[in-house]
Amino acid sequence: MGDFVLDSYDPGGFYCEMLRCPATAEIHDRLARMPIDEFTRRAHGAEQALYNLGITFTVYSDSQAIDRILPFDAIPRVLPAEEWERIERGVVQRVTALNLLLDDLYHEQKIFKDGLLPQDLILGNPNWRPQMRGVKIPHKAYVNICGTDIIRDDKGIFRVLEDNARTPSGVSYVIENRHTMLRSFPDLADDIGLRSVEDYGIKLVGAMREIAPPARDDPVIVLLSPGTYNSAYFEHVFLAREMGVPLVEGRDLFVDNDRVYMRTTAGRARVDVIYRRINDDFLDPEAFRPESALGVKGLMRAYFAGNVALANAIGTGVADDKAVYAYMPRIIRYYLAEDAIIDNVETNICREKAALAYTLDNLDRLVVKPVGEAGGYGITIGPRASRAELDECRAKLIDDPANYISQPCINLSVSPTLIDGRVEPRHVDLRPFAITGESTWVLPGGLTRVALRRGSLVVNSSQGGGSKDTWVLE
Amino acid sequence: MSNAPLLARYAEGIFWLARQVERAENLARSIEVQETYARNRSGVRDWSSIVQLNSDEEAFSEKHAAANARNVIRFYVTDGDNPTSIKSAISNARENARALRSLVSTEMWMQLNVFYNRLNAIDDKELAPGSLSPLLNEIKLGCQTFTGITEGTFYRDQAWYFYRLGRYIERADQTTRLLDSKYYVLLRDTDVANVVSTGQWLALLRAASGYHAFRALHQSDLTPWRVAAFLLFNPTFPRSVLLCVKEVDASVTGLKSRYNIRGGNDVAEGLDQLRSILDTRSIDEVLETGLHEFIDFIQRYLSAITDRLGAAFFGHPPVEKAAWQDAELWPPYAADLQTQAQA
Repeated sequence: MGDFVLDSYDPGGFYCEMLRCPATAEIHDRLARMPIDEFTRRAHGAEQALYNLGITFTVYSDSQAIDRILPFDAIPRVLPAEEWERIERGVVQRVTALNLLLDDLYHEQKIFKDGLLPQDLILGNPNWRPQMRGVKIPHKAYVNICGTDIIRDDKGIFRVLEDNARTPSGVSYVIENRHTMLRSFPDLADDIGLRSVEDYGIKLVGAMREIAPPARDDPVIVLLSPGTYNSAYFEHVFLAREMGVPLVEGRDLFVDNDRVYMRTTAGRARVDVIYRRINDDFLDPEAFRPESALGVKGLMRAYFAGNVALANAIGTGVADDKAVYAYMPRIIRYYLAEDAIIDNVETNICREKAALAYTLDNLDRLVVKPVGEAGGYGITIGPRASRAELDECRAKLIDDPANYISQPCINLSVSPTLIDGRVEPRHVDLRPFAITGESTWVLPGGLTRVALRRGSLVVNSSQGGGSKDTWVLE
Repeated sequence: MSNAPLLARYAEGIFWLARQVERAENLARSIEVQETYARNRSGVRDWSSIVQLNSDEEAFSEKHAAANARNVIRFYVTDGDNPTSIKSAISNARENARALRSLVSTEMWMQLNVFYNRLNAIDDKELAPGSLSPLLNEIKLGCQTFTGITEGTFYRDQAWYFYRLGRYIERADQTTRLLDSKYYVLLRDTDVANVVSTGQWLALLRAASGYHAFRALHQSDLTPWRVAAFLLFNPTFPRSVLLCVKEVDASVTGLKSRYNIRGGNDVAEGLDQLRSILDTRSIDEVLETGLHEFIDFIQRYLSAITDRLGAAFFGHPPVEKAAWQDAELWPPYAADLQTQAQA
């Protein structure tokens, strides 16, 4: 074992975010001069601080509330200016196309008429909301908050893996990770031209004002959370504070005469914009799931009457579906007449006969994903799967091919990561966050998730993932 | 003047958060004093009085056969199943704070979080004689740290008023409970002026952090009724019932005048009446009608105030008629309340 942070580090055959990039040389050198013992001690202190600050998610078991932190790795993931500039343009392009697609789907449906997207893929999708047909959305901004999952392959090429256009989470960790790094490792960050992540709350509240019903001069904005039992509750608290708005639950709101009010100490107070962190189908028991206790009865009536704005809009889930994802390069070309700035991962749509046949023939080399799942659930990684797992996957594919896509198994880039007192390569991805009101703004960097298990390609926090601070250089 | 609305749920949450922390502190005080100073005439500490003080006789006897030091201390310090334990109070305070995290300061949350984790880690050895006192002091300090952090970091908007309401209503209630418990002990004593009961009253003053203030006020005259008068009516002692009720009254007035809140007129009216009774009543009059009866009256009255706060500010269903307009509820103070209501 070496004496300094990077002494024992070997990325093997993978693309390394730290070593393969000349722009990170200064940070690399600083790490190479830092004793590993000191680094480990400070990293542990940083994790303890996250715990005490309550930057945690809560696991409930037998009336006991146990707080856990999202594991934090103190070696930052660095993005030089020119790489970031491309990602930023790519994300803006992608969000723009998603919004144009949604506006078209819920109004003219030109894309069906031009035969670019199979109609049943959309109209038969569980996230299609026919109630949204013809509903006017301010600035046609359906996806006000978007998280775009981007990976980097073994040649160093960035590719979009997934769009998250419903209620993407993780941005609170981007900002808290930065605070943690600046507290625990100020010497690493000094004078390297680090771009700030402090503007997120201001930009978000700005966009919420832009989408408010036009008649309301000084709109009242709230953040609607499912409450303390939700695993993203910390993030809801964080965002409400960053925006300076009340954090409400469904029981704090009510609808009267198609207007939304919150219950306050002084009686009712009108609400104009709701940044909701509750999925469509739980928002209003009158319009969607009647058993939902998280939502607000009559909210959809107020929404359709134009008396309240919701972010994201209702029905965005139809656009970030994994099946629609496969069409995104064509969708971008269709609406914007340009090529995708960041490529997709090559995707086989198993509802198509040829693609299904190819997938079944190459199951041991492909990653198979169900289209309706999130959080890394239900994925079969061919090269890592056992015979029994492959057989099970094959059976599911044959049974319901339209529910699956397949992609080549990509060796994600790695980043040096502190594991039990030594530094080893671990696979990472990147989720930049884009805010859209009148226009689109992208937070510099985004959430770098890291698969902490050796060899694992699954970065999701529900599957043993952690996170790193993402440093965009000026 | 601020027009930022405050969610009714937040107002209620911060009210109870304040009460729970205040409660935990007072519990630590009374256990500590019991451990250190309170002995009966044969020199044995009487642990049952803490159980009486919290009206927990029934719940306690379900779990423990004897009210000895070991059982009582566990019941009130570390027993998470007992809703009146210190651990439950801080655990509830923390869950309230979790729901209020966008309202309270990060430092307030952090203190409760770290404090709660400390309580969870209490080792059995720390409850043994000789270790208990430092532990109780640490608990008291943990609560006071929270109070200090709140004072120094909590934004002075509506929520601050609800925080103060909770803190002072709880404190007034706790002071009356302390007083009541010792009064019972005294009643069992035939010789009221004996040395043991003097020790009991001193312990009571210490539990309320009032010993030195009382000494400075009454250098030579330590009589039970002076102690009772001090705890009930002293206008400057921070834990006296009168001072706490004045703070509660000021908070309600502040809320109504600064935040344009229409509700709560009946609360203000009820508080005026209570203040007036505390202002004008002499200790001799109280003793004549019975100290316990007076204390019981204050406790029930504060509870009625809490109900009305719920209806006025927390979105609870309306209460039919203010309890203090119902003379039959308040013997022997009905006459006072009637007079007030007419005036």
